[in-house]
Amino acid sequence: MMKPYLSVFRLRISNGLQYRAAALAGVGTQFFFGFIFIMIFQAFYAHASEAPSMTLSQVITYTWLKQAFLALIVLWLRDNELFQLITSGNIAYELCRPSEIYGLWYAKLLAQRLSSALLRCFPILIVVAFLPEPYRLQLPPDIVSGLLFLATLLIGLLMIVALSMLIYISVFVTMSPAGSLLLFSIFGEFFAGLIIPVPLMPDWMQKIVYILPFHWTADFPFRVFTGNISKAEALTGILAQCLWLAALILFGKFTMDRALKRVVVQGG
Amino acid sequence: MRLFFKYMGLELKSQMQYRTSFLLLMLGQCLTPFTSFAALYFLFERFGQIQGWSFYEVTLCFAVTYVAFSVTECFARGFDTFSSLVVSGNFDRLLVRPRNTVVQVLGTRFEFARIGRLVLSIVVLIWAAIHIEIDWTLLKTLTLVLMCVSGMFIFTGIFILAASISFWTVQGLEIANIFTDGGREMTQYPLSIYQTWVKRFFTFVIPFACFNYLPLTYIVGREGSDSPFYALIPLVGILFLIPCLLVWRIGVRHYRSTGS
Repeated sequence: MMKPYLSVFRLRISNGLQYRAAALAGVGTQFFFGFIFIMIFQAFYAHASEAPSMTLSQVITYTWLKQAFLALIVLWLRDNELFQLITSGNIAYELCRPSEIYGLWYAKLLAQRLSSALLRCFPILIVVAFLPEPYRLQLPPDIVSGLLFLATLLIGLLMIVALSMLIYISVFVTMSPAGSLLLFSIFGEFFAGLIIPVPLMPDWMQKIVYILPFHWTADFPFRVFTGNISKAEALTGILAQCLWLAALILFGKFTMDRALKRVVVQGG
Repeated sequence: MRLFFKYMGLELKSQMQYRTSFLLLMLGQCLTPFTSFAALYFLFERFGQIQGWSFYEVTLCFAVTYVAFSVTECFARGFDTFSSLVVSGNFDRLLVRPRNTVVQVLGTRFEFARIGRLVLSIVVLIWAAIHIEIDWTLLKTLTLVLMCVSGMFIFTGIFILAASISFWTVQGLEIANIFTDGGREMTQYPLSIYQTWVKRFFTFVIPFACFNYLPLTYIVGREGSDSPFYALIPLVGILFLIPCLLVWRIGVRHYRSTGS
């Protein structure tokens, strides 16, 4: 029953792995940005009057993880093919396929993110693990938190795909991807802690962030890795992640079904 | 130059055809500097200062960068998407016309929705200029304006350089983002907070320091930089455009059509 989804997934992975040169250039850019962010944080920490709830080395590790797994956690990654399907009316072909469209697109988007992350994360992670202090990536305090990190990152990835599905679904209504994509990705990025880590935000902002689903996708796994979040908290966090994931997928399927019922395909 | 404004008018008319979408996009464009600015504000709330620079000083720096960058993005976007012209072979069409190629590429695209960003940046600039503790002399005000202008020239130069790469590689390179988007991220803060190698590179190779850090030290009156010489440094930044245009010319000579 899962077979069509799996093959779409496999196809996309091998497709994405073709672009090795682009990935290499991307890696260089990620390094540069990583260094810049770290230097800014260093300068802030240098004369900090009171110690913030996150140490500098945790922030540095956080930054490198963010740069390495960028493809897994950003919302602005988009598949123009899908947008064109919707706006051009070619969605009709997709509807004729014998498998369910939500699952199909979900597999497609998931594979895209995975393939581009697989190409990019290892070179970055390997290099930053051997950088001189203070730029080095600090390994997680023990194996268990490492495993917890992998689990949370994986569920976070499933969540981010479910979230980005909502963007695609919104295009059924607005017909133009620019607006919803922009709004969603800019705020989502901020609330996910991609611009500054959540513990460095003021308390009132943190309260807002913790209500929203976005921080589970990036901030939470990265802080599990750095040990900023304890193992017990990580376990309850995983439960919350799973609940959010289920809710997002159910909501996405529901809205997609409704949008598809109303879809009108003009001939041509 | 007349041609340039004509191109601009045409683009404006065509983008105004979808008015709602245009306005929404403009609003959305406002948000990018908004969240970066929020991040800056939050960090200052947590830490108080950054290596002796106060919040309003850095805000001024941030605003100058964003004003310069958003103007450049609005007008020089044609260079950002230039590699697609080369890939499709459409650059040939520009070559056979009896006008300067730079003007024509500039004319391929104006993104007026980016004005949203510009407006927000100018508001932040004025807000910071009012709150900062400086007596604004005429020369200082002039320096501030020069900083924005010089920034536009430098960013335009970088866009042209990045586009010139595609004469050799055909495909645009993502690595050029280091100097466009990366430059924008970096120059939000005074250059003095970075490591020496970064400072040297971005002062002498790519003169980012000329349009914001060095003149800024004059405006806020840092020790050792109160000579009016510092006020005129932005003019050096403007000169950066000359080597960029030279590279472009060499590139155009080197150009071989991909066919279509």
